[in-house]
Amino acid sequence: MKRLFVKGNEAVAMGALEAGCRYYFGYPITPQSDIPEYISREMPKLGGTFIQAESEIASINMLLGASACGVRAMTSSSSPGISLKQEGISYMAGSELPGLIVNICRSGPGLGGIDASQADYFQSVKGGGHGGYHIIVLAPHTVQEMYDLTMLAFDLADRYRMPAMLLGDAVVGQIKEALVPHPYQQPSDLPTKEWAVSGKQGRSDQRIVKSLFLGDGELEAHNWRLHAKYKQLQDNEVRCETEHVDDADLVVTAFGSAARIVKTAARMAREEGLKVGVIRPITLFPFPIATYQQAAQTVKKMLCVELNAGQMVEDVRLAVNGKVDVAFYGRPPGAGSLPTPEEILVQIKKHCG
Amino acid sequence: MTTVLKNVFDRPVSLKDVSTHFCPGCQHGTAHRLCAEAMDSLGVQQRAIGVASVGCSVFLYGYFDIDVVEAPHGRAPAVATGVKRVRKDDFVFTYQGDGDLAAIGTSEIIHAANRGEAISVIFVNNTTYGMTGGQMAPTTLPQQQTSTSPTGRNVASDGYPIRMAELLSGLEGVSYSCRVAVNNPKNIMAAGKAIEKAFRCQVEQGGFGFVEVLTTCPTNWGMNPLKANNRVAEEMIPYFPLGVFKDIAPMGQEV
Ligand SMILES: Cc1ncc(C[n+]2csc(CCOP(=O)(O)OP(=O)(O)O)c2C)c(N)n1
Ligand code: SF4
Repeated sequence: MKRLFVKGNEAVAMGALEAGCRYYFGYPITPQSDIPEYISREMPKLGGTFIQAESEIASINMLLGASACGVRAMTSSSSPGISLKQEGISYMAGSELPGLIVNICRSGPGLGGIDASQADYFQSVKGGGHGGYHIIVLAPHTVQEMYDLTMLAFDLADRYRMPAMLLGDAVVGQIKEALVPHPYQQPSDLPTKEWAVSGKQGRSDQRIVKSLFLGDGELEAHNWRLHAKYKQLQDNEVRCETEHVDDADLVVTAFGSAARIVKTAARMAREEGLKVGVIRPITLFPFPIATYQQAAQTVKKMLCVELNAGQMVEDVRLAVNGKVDVAFYGRPPGAGSLPTPEEILVQIKKHCG
Repeated sequence: MTTVLKNVFDRPVSLKDVSTHFCPGCQHGTAHRLCAEAMDSLGVQQRAIGVASVGCSVFLYGYFDIDVVEAPHGRAPAVATGVKRVRKDDFVFTYQGDGDLAAIGTSEIIHAANRGEAISVIFVNNTTYGMTGGQMAPTTLPQQQTSTSPTGRNVASDGYPIRMAELLSGLEGVSYSCRVAVNNPKNIMAAGKAIEKAFRCQVEQGGFGFVEVLTTCPTNWGMNPLKANNRVAEEMIPYFPLGVFKDIAPMGQEV
């Protein structure tokens, strides 16, 4: 396979097209606009439909409509736009609709800035809209993963009939590095979409895609069913990368772009003889709880590094449940606040001592 | 001597054989029936997809024997856009109240109309928010008392009621836009024809059709069904005139 030199955002678009996505609905916002730009050029050539909607609200609802018809469809945006999509994401979760939502996260709150940020972690993994639901959240840290995890997101969304989010940021979105594209292989056991609306076409039953359940006990039962799927995800779909955890005194943990910096810092620490390991969650929901619990048996301490003021660290602490101390290092994102590997190395040394 | 019986009145196949949850004298039921008759007459029931809105008409799937997607409040035209772009050969319509379409969903309806989406929109204007208990709507008439305009709509601070059928007719993407009422047999006949025309515009020409239906909400108007029906002619039609505001081939082509 040929190696290409492409931007992370373009890799998302390429992965989506390769995975058979033929419907895109979006609204421009930095730092993700390369995605709609690429797709508006390439998708129509494949017979697909690209719509630049009037808003993020409209685009998520177009996605809802397309997805209700059973096709692979997506939207992409960045933080302020993702906030606007939350209503629609909640409806998709309630209506059990698959679909890909890409968040190339930028700094906030409010208009904030356009710099790399992981400040949307809570919003992504805790159910950013109303009603107590979750969606699948994948966190790529390289251009290759932007491509691969986009494909995986479609598969997981279809398998579990729920929305999936690819949570990147300005670093993985804008960086250019090597990508080895590969043909998409659809898992042979993906369920068929017997729930999708199509007009009755001679069927005796009606197909209804909805999230309103007013019958006595109906909504509770519906919610328990959704929560059973979250349990299945936790049992079957956790993905996580680890480095040198077995003999580590200190485990540094980070996702996405922060993990790039952390991996470099951990390598520098190893070169200096410090026993440092790395845990990098690839799925943020489901969260790799067992990996942390296992590491907590052997390591002395953990350090969580994020491009925010501390969000995932709460889930790491919940996972280890007091078994080891979990320290945090991070800075609220904005221009000039991206930490360097040297800066992280100082923290590693502080917590190794 | 044999008697030949001819069936002159029956339930449209697009409509289910159930009684509705609507209040006595509510005209949502009439509007539902007219939509069902139009689908029957065009023979599209088996390829129809309805997009339900949030309001008293949210149970669309309970009354129409067709596939249905339920949209968030105001977003039905965006959901219908997604549906129609995938199911190009299907018949797709939204059914929306005045709070849904003319307040929270103004952006979605204007842009779906402006894109000339090949969908049909049934807009039920009862000058109030029915489902939530009769609050002021963007269509509430000047001086009309509602639960959130207890001393009457004050146009100085609340603005004037929006005439959606006229407003949308100014957009290039709109092929057909009209306003009808269902307050007497003559108007009901005309309303049925208008709805069929809007549906036909989608099915035969791929055009965007919009039908505003003036209806009653006796419950929240605090009137009995008869008085409520009279109010349509006495107060609503003078402000919301019936008529066709646009009727052209899609995207400005000659008919
Ligand atoms: C985002 C959101 N805001 C508010 C509501 C509450 N709500 C439900 S129906 C409705 C208005 C219904 O009025 P209308 O669209 O005129 O339809 P009708 O019930 O009169 O047929 C409102 C405000 C909601 N469901 N969602
Ligand atoms: S509240 Fe009004 S609109 Fe709703 S069903 Fe009753 S009469 Fe009809």
